[in-house]
Amino acid sequence: MNTFFQNSMFAGVTLSLIAYLIGVILKKKLKLGIFNPLLISIVISIGVLFIGKVDYDTYNEGAKILSWLLTPATVCLAIPLYEQWELLKQNYKAVLSGLLAGTITSLTTVFILAKLFGLSHEEYVTLLPKSITTAIGMGVSEELGGYVTITVAVIIITGVFGNMFGEQICKLFGITEPISKGLAFGASSHAIGTAKALEIGEVEGAMSGLAIAVSGIFTVVLASLFAGFI
Amino acid sequence: MKYIRQCLIILGISLIGEILKYILPLPIPASIYGMVLLFAGLMTGWIKLENVKETGTFLIEIMPLMFIPAGVGLMTSWGKLKSLIMPISVITVLTIITVMVATGLVSQVIIRKSKEKIK
Repeated sequence: MNTFFQNSMFAGVTLSLIAYLIGVILKKKLKLGIFNPLLISIVISIGVLFIGKVDYDTYNEGAKILSWLLTPATVCLAIPLYEQWELLKQNYKAVLSGLLAGTITSLTTVFILAKLFGLSHEEYVTLLPKSITTAIGMGVSEELGGYVTITVAVIIITGVFGNMFGEQICKLFGITEPISKGLAFGASSHAIGTAKALEIGEVEGAMSGLAIAVSGIFTVVLASLFAGFI
Repeated sequence: MKYIRQCLIILGISLIGEILKYILPLPIPASIYGMVLLFAGLMTGWIKLENVKETGTFLIEIMPLMFIPAGVGLMTSWGKLKSLIMPISVITVLTIITVMVATGLVSQVIIRKSKEKIK
Protein backbone atom coordinates (compact mmCIF):
# COMPACT_ATOMS: atom_id res chain seq x y z
CA MET A 1 0.00 0.00 0.00
CA ASN A 2 2.97 2.27 0.65
CA THR A 3 3.93 2.14 -3.01
CA PHE A 4 0.42 3.06 -4.12
CA PHE A 5 0.36 5.96 -1.66
CA GLN A 6 3.73 7.10 -2.96
CA ASN A 7 2.41 7.30 -6.50
CA SER A 8 -0.97 8.78 -5.65
CA MET A 9 -1.51 12.50 -5.48
CA PHE A 10 -4.97 12.27 -3.99
CA ALA A 11 -4.81 9.40 -1.50
CA GLY A 12 -3.66 11.49 1.47
CA VAL A 13 -6.20 14.29 1.01
CA THR A 14 -9.05 11.91 0.23
CA LEU A 15 -8.28 9.80 3.28
CA SER A 16 -8.31 12.96 5.43
CA LEU A 17 -11.63 14.13 3.97
CA ILE A 18 -13.35 10.74 4.32
CA ALA A 19 -12.09 10.42 7.88
CA TYR A 20 -13.42 13.91 8.66
CA LEU A 21 -16.84 13.13 7.19
CA ILE A 22 -17.03 9.94 9.24
CA GLY A 23 -16.27 12.13 12.25
CA VAL A 24 -19.07 14.56 11.35
CA ILE A 25 -21.56 11.69 10.89
CA LEU A 26 -20.54 10.02 14.16
CA LYS A 27 -20.93 13.32 15.99
CA LYS A 28 -24.44 13.85 14.58
CA LYS A 29 -25.51 10.31 15.42
CA LEU A 30 -23.98 10.09 18.89
CA LYS A 31 -24.05 13.74 20.05
CA LEU A 32 -21.08 13.32 22.41
CA GLY A 33 -18.26 15.84 22.81
CA ILE A 34 -15.69 13.08 22.58
CA PHE A 35 -16.76 12.31 19.00
CA ASN A 36 -15.07 15.40 17.68
CA PRO A 37 -14.73 15.28 13.87
CA LEU A 38 -11.15 16.54 13.96
CA LEU A 39 -10.06 14.04 16.62
CA ILE A 40 -11.86 11.19 14.85
CA SER A 41 -10.36 12.05 11.49
CA ILE A 42 -6.86 12.09 13.02
CA VAL A 43 -7.43 8.75 14.78
CA ILE A 44 -8.92 7.09 11.67
CA SER A 45 -6.14 8.40 9.43
CA ILE A 46 -3.44 7.18 11.81
CA GLY A 47 -5.23 3.81 12.00
CA VAL A 48 -5.42 3.43 8.22
CA LEU A 49 -1.76 4.41 7.77
CA PHE A 50 -0.77 1.98 10.53
CA ILE A 51 -2.74 -0.96 9.10
CA GLY A 52 -1.63 -0.20 5.54
CA LYS A 53 1.99 0.23 6.72
CA VAL A 54 2.16 3.65 5.06
CA ASP A 55 4.63 6.00 6.68
CA TYR A 56 3.78 9.57 7.60
CA ASP A 57 6.01 11.23 5.01
CA THR A 58 4.34 9.28 2.22
CA TYR A 59 0.86 10.26 3.44
CA ASN A 60 1.93 13.86 3.91
CA GLU A 61 3.26 14.09 0.35
CA GLY A 62 -0.39 14.35 -0.70
CA ALA A 63 -1.98 15.71 2.45
CA LYS A 64 0.37 18.67 2.82
CA ILE A 65 -1.82 20.69 0.46
CA LEU A 66 -4.20 20.94 3.43
CA SER A 67 -1.49 22.37 5.69
CA TRP A 68 -0.42 24.65 2.86
CA LEU A 69 -3.85 26.30 2.87
CA LEU A 70 -3.49 27.24 6.52
CA THR A 71 -1.55 30.47 5.94
CA PRO A 72 -4.04 31.98 3.45
CA ALA A 73 -6.93 30.79 5.65
CA THR A 74 -5.44 32.46 8.73
CA VAL A 75 -4.93 35.65 6.70
CA CYS A 76 -8.66 35.50 5.89
CA LEU A 77 -9.57 35.57 9.58
CA ALA A 78 -9.21 39.33 9.08
CA ILE A 79 -12.54 39.23 7.19
CA PRO A 80 -14.82 38.27 10.10
CA LEU A 81 -12.78 40.62 12.26
CA TYR A 82 -13.44 43.48 9.84
CA GLU A 83 -17.14 42.63 9.77
CA GLN A 84 -17.24 42.78 13.58
CA TRP A 85 -15.15 45.95 13.85
CA GLU A 86 -17.87 48.09 15.47
CA LEU A 87 -18.38 45.50 18.19
CA LEU A 88 -14.64 45.22 18.72
CA LYS A 89 -14.22 48.98 18.97
CA GLN A 90 -16.95 49.27 21.60
CA ASN A 91 -15.40 46.47 23.66
CA TYR A 92 -11.69 46.92 23.13
CA LYS A 93 -10.98 47.28 26.86
CA ALA A 94 -12.73 44.02 27.65
CA VAL A 95 -11.00 42.28 24.74
CA LEU A 96 -7.48 43.39 25.65
CA SER A 97 -7.91 42.82 29.40
CA GLY A 98 -9.38 39.36 28.79
CA LEU A 99 -6.57 38.33 26.47
CA LEU A 100 -3.85 39.69 28.76
CA ALA A 101 -5.42 37.83 31.69
CA GLY A 102 -5.56 34.69 29.55
CA THR A 103 -1.92 34.89 28.48
CA ILE A 104 -0.65 35.49 32.02
CA THR A 105 -2.85 32.66 33.29
CA SER A 106 -1.52 30.29 30.64
CA LEU A 107 2.12 31.01 31.48
CA THR A 108 1.47 30.92 35.24
CA THR A 109 -0.40 27.60 35.07
CA VAL A 110 2.41 26.01 33.06
CA PHE A 111 4.98 27.42 35.51
CA ILE A 112 3.20 26.12 38.63
CA LEU A 113 2.57 22.66 37.15
CA ALA A 114 6.09 22.37 35.73
CA LYS A 115 7.42 23.16 39.22
CA LEU A 116 5.12 20.51 40.74
CA PHE A 117 6.21 17.89 38.21
CA GLY A 118 9.85 18.87 38.69
CA LEU A 119 10.42 19.49 34.97
CA SER A 120 13.80 20.66 33.70
CA HIS A 121 14.26 24.14 32.21
CA GLU A 122 14.19 22.69 28.68
CA GLU A 123 10.97 20.76 29.32
CA TYR A 124 9.39 23.81 30.97
CA VAL A 125 10.11 26.20 28.09
CA THR A 126 8.95 23.52 25.64
CA LEU A 127 5.51 23.73 27.23
CA LEU A 128 5.37 27.51 27.87
CA PRO A 129 3.97 28.50 24.44
CA LYS A 130 1.46 25.63 24.34
CA SER A 131 -1.68 27.78 24.13
CA ILE A 132 -0.71 29.83 21.08
CA THR A 133 -0.72 29.18 17.35
CA THR A 134 1.84 26.65 16.09
CA ALA A 135 3.99 28.97 14.03
CA ILE A 136 4.48 31.52 16.84
CA GLY A 137 4.80 28.77 19.47
CA MET A 138 7.57 27.04 17.52
CA GLY A 139 9.52 30.27 17.35
CA VAL A 140 9.15 30.95 21.08
CA SER A 141 10.15 27.40 22.02
CA GLU A 142 13.18 27.51 19.77
CA GLU A 143 14.31 30.86 21.06
CA LEU A 144 14.06 29.77 24.71
CA GLY A 145 15.85 26.47 24.07
CA GLY A 146 12.90 24.04 24.17
CA TYR A 147 12.27 20.85 22.16
CA VAL A 148 10.43 22.26 19.15
CA THR A 149 8.89 18.98 17.92
CA ILE A 150 7.33 18.35 21.33
CA THR A 151 6.05 21.94 21.45
CA VAL A 152 4.31 21.41 18.11
CA ALA A 153 2.74 18.15 19.30
CA VAL A 154 1.53 19.71 22.55
CA ILE A 155 0.11 22.75 20.74
CA ILE A 156 -1.91 20.45 18.48
CA ILE A 157 -3.12 18.31 21.38
CA THR A 158 -4.13 21.49 23.20
CA GLY A 159 -6.05 22.73 20.16
CA VAL A 160 -7.92 19.47 19.68
CA PHE A 161 -8.84 19.37 23.39
CA GLY A 162 -10.11 22.95 23.29
CA ASN A 163 -12.05 22.20 20.12
CA MET A 164 -13.63 19.18 21.86
CA PHE A 165 -14.47 20.54 25.30
CA GLY A 166 -14.46 24.35 24.91
CA GLU A 167 -18.23 24.61 24.73
CA GLN A 168 -18.71 22.54 27.88
CA ILE A 169 -16.09 24.56 29.76
CA CYS A 170 -17.78 27.86 28.78
CA LYS A 171 -21.14 26.48 29.88
CA LEU A 172 -19.79 25.15 33.16
CA PHE A 173 -18.25 28.48 34.16
CA GLY A 174 -21.09 30.67 32.93
CA ILE A 175 -19.22 32.27 30.03
CA THR A 176 -22.16 33.27 27.84
CA GLU A 177 -21.23 36.58 26.16
CA PRO A 178 -20.40 35.74 22.52
CA ILE A 179 -17.35 38.02 22.59
CA SER A 180 -15.98 36.34 25.73
CA LYS A 181 -16.64 32.86 24.39
CA GLY A 182 -14.77 33.63 21.19
CA LEU A 183 -11.83 35.14 23.06
CA ALA A 184 -11.71 32.13 25.39
CA PHE A 185 -11.51 29.72 22.44
CA GLY A 186 -8.80 31.66 20.62
CA ALA A 187 -6.69 32.32 23.73
CA SER A 188 -6.78 28.75 25.01
CA SER A 189 -6.69 26.71 21.83
CA HIS A 190 -5.59 29.00 18.97
CA ALA A 191 -6.67 28.22 15.38
CA ILE A 192 -8.02 24.73 16.10
CA GLY A 193 -10.28 26.21 18.78
CA THR A 194 -11.17 29.03 16.38
CA ALA A 195 -12.42 26.46 13.88
CA LYS A 196 -14.96 25.50 16.56
CA ALA A 197 -15.76 29.12 17.49
CA LEU A 198 -16.54 29.84 13.82
CA GLU A 199 -19.11 27.05 13.90
CA ILE A 200 -20.77 28.53 16.99
CA GLY A 201 -21.28 32.02 15.58
CA GLU A 202 -19.93 35.00 13.64
CA VAL A 203 -18.98 37.08 16.68
CA GLU A 204 -17.38 34.09 18.40
CA GLY A 205 -15.37 33.27 15.27
CA ALA A 206 -14.16 36.83 14.73
CA MET A 207 -13.09 37.28 18.35
CA SER A 208 -11.36 33.92 18.41
CA GLY A 209 -9.40 34.83 15.28
CA LEU A 210 -8.37 38.10 16.89
CA ALA A 211 -7.34 36.25 20.05
CA ILE A 212 -4.90 34.05 18.09
CA ALA A 213 -2.93 37.08 16.95
CA VAL A 214 -3.09 39.12 20.17
CA SER A 215 -2.41 36.21 22.58
CA GLY A 216 0.41 35.05 20.34
CA ILE A 217 2.07 38.45 20.49
CA PHE A 218 1.51 38.81 24.26
CA THR A 219 3.11 35.39 24.72
CA VAL A 220 6.16 36.31 22.64
CA VAL A 221 6.75 39.24 25.00
CA LEU A 222 5.93 37.56 28.31
CA ALA A 223 7.34 34.05 27.76
CA SER A 224 10.95 35.24 27.84
CA LEU A 225 10.23 36.74 31.27
CA PHE A 226 8.61 33.53 32.54
CA ALA A 227 11.40 31.40 31.08
CA GLY A 228 13.75 32.64 33.80
CA PHE A 229 11.58 31.21 36.60
CA ILE A 230 12.78 27.59 36.26
CA MET B 1 -12.50 36.35 -13.01
CA LYS B 2 -13.95 36.99 -9.57
CA TYR B 3 -12.24 33.96 -8.02
CA ILE B 4 -8.95 34.62 -9.77
CA ARG B 5 -8.85 38.13 -8.35
CA GLN B 6 -9.83 36.94 -4.86
CA CYS B 7 -7.19 34.20 -4.88
CA LEU B 8 -4.57 36.62 -6.10
CA ILE B 9 -5.30 39.13 -3.34
CA ILE B 10 -5.30 36.48 -0.59
CA LEU B 11 -2.19 34.66 -1.84
CA GLY B 12 -0.45 37.97 -2.56
CA ILE B 13 -1.02 39.10 1.02
CA SER B 14 0.27 35.73 2.24
CA LEU B 15 3.38 36.30 0.14
CA ILE B 16 3.92 39.78 1.60
CA GLY B 17 3.52 38.15 5.03
CA GLU B 18 6.29 35.71 4.12
CA ILE B 19 8.53 38.54 2.98
CA LEU B 20 7.94 40.42 6.26
CA LYS B 21 8.74 37.26 8.23
CA TYR B 22 11.96 36.92 6.23
CA ILE B 23 13.01 40.51 6.89
CA LEU B 24 11.91 40.99 10.50
CA PRO B 25 13.76 39.03 13.22
CA LEU B 26 10.61 38.20 15.25
CA PRO B 27 9.06 34.77 15.95
CA ILE B 28 5.84 35.88 14.24
CA PRO B 29 4.53 33.75 11.37
CA ALA B 30 3.66 35.00 7.88
CA SER B 31 -0.03 34.29 8.51
CA ILE B 32 -0.24 36.80 11.38
CA TYR B 33 1.47 39.55 9.37
CA GLY B 34 -0.92 38.72 6.54
CA MET B 35 -3.95 38.87 8.80
CA VAL B 36 -2.94 42.31 10.06
CA LEU B 37 -2.28 43.49 6.49
CA LEU B 38 -5.62 42.27 5.15
CA PHE B 39 -7.39 43.84 8.10
CA ALA B 40 -5.59 47.15 7.52
CA GLY B 41 -6.39 46.92 3.80
CA LEU B 42 -10.09 46.40 4.49
CA MET B 43 -10.21 49.22 7.06
CA THR B 44 -8.52 51.73 4.78
CA GLY B 45 -10.67 50.65 1.84
CA TRP B 46 -7.65 49.68 -0.29
CA ILE B 47 -9.11 46.19 -0.41
CA LYS B 48 -12.84 45.88 -0.99
CA LEU B 49 -14.70 43.24 1.00
CA GLU B 50 -16.31 41.85 -2.19
CA ASN B 51 -12.81 41.21 -3.57
CA VAL B 52 -11.95 38.67 -0.86
CA LYS B 53 -15.27 37.57 0.58
CA GLU B 54 -16.24 34.29 -1.16
CA THR B 55 -12.77 32.75 -1.30
CA GLY B 56 -12.12 33.89 2.27
CA THR B 57 -15.37 32.36 3.51
CA PHE B 58 -14.54 29.11 1.72
CA LEU B 59 -11.07 28.92 3.24
CA ILE B 60 -12.35 29.69 6.72
CA GLU B 61 -15.08 27.08 6.42
CA ILE B 62 -12.71 24.26 5.48
CA MET B 63 -10.16 25.32 8.09
CA PRO B 64 -10.66 22.32 10.44
CA LEU B 65 -9.44 20.03 7.64
CA MET B 66 -6.13 21.87 7.54
CA PHE B 67 -5.16 20.55 10.98
CA ILE B 68 -5.55 16.88 10.06
CA PRO B 69 -2.03 16.39 8.59
CA ALA B 70 -0.43 18.02 11.66
CA GLY B 71 -2.57 15.87 13.93
CA VAL B 72 -1.67 12.71 12.04
CA GLY B 73 1.95 13.83 12.44
CA LEU B 74 1.59 13.11 16.16
CA MET B 75 2.25 9.48 15.17
CA THR B 76 5.85 10.41 14.42
CA SER B 77 6.44 12.44 17.59
CA TRP B 78 4.92 9.79 19.88
CA GLY B 79 8.34 8.41 20.78
CA LYS B 80 9.43 11.77 22.15
CA LEU B 81 6.13 12.52 23.89
CA LYS B 82 5.90 9.17 25.70
CA SER B 83 8.30 10.02 28.54
CA LEU B 84 6.50 13.29 29.31
CA ILE B 85 2.97 12.03 28.84
CA MET B 86 1.77 12.52 32.44
CA PRO B 87 2.87 16.15 32.90
CA ILE B 88 1.77 16.99 29.35
CA SER B 89 -1.72 15.57 29.85
CA VAL B 90 -2.28 17.30 33.18
CA ILE B 91 -0.82 20.61 31.98
CA THR B 92 -2.86 20.51 28.76
CA VAL B 93 -6.19 19.86 30.44
CA LEU B 94 -5.66 22.34 33.27
CA THR B 95 -4.32 25.21 31.16
CA ILE B 96 -7.23 24.98 28.74
CA ILE B 97 -9.64 25.33 31.63
CA THR B 98 -7.76 28.11 33.45
CA VAL B 99 -7.10 30.13 30.28
CA MET B 100 -10.70 29.86 29.04
CA VAL B 101 -12.08 30.85 32.42
CA ALA B 102 -9.63 33.76 32.92
CA THR B 103 -10.10 35.15 29.41
CA GLY B 104 -13.83 34.56 29.32
CA LEU B 105 -14.73 35.84 32.76
CA VAL B 106 -12.43 38.91 32.79
CA SER B 107 -13.79 40.09 29.44
CA GLN B 108 -17.36 39.20 30.40
CA VAL B 109 -17.23 41.19 33.65
CA ILE B 110 -15.97 44.28 31.77
CA ILE B 111 -18.54 43.90 28.97
CA ARG B 112 -21.39 43.59 31.46
CA LYS B 113 -20.17 46.62 33.45
CA SER B 114 -20.10 48.81 30.35
CA LYS B 115 -23.55 47.55 29.35
CA GLU B 116 -24.90 48.61 32.76
CA LYS B 117 -23.39 52.08 32.33
CA ILE B 118 -25.20 52.52 29.02
CA LYS B 119 -28.49 51.51 30.63
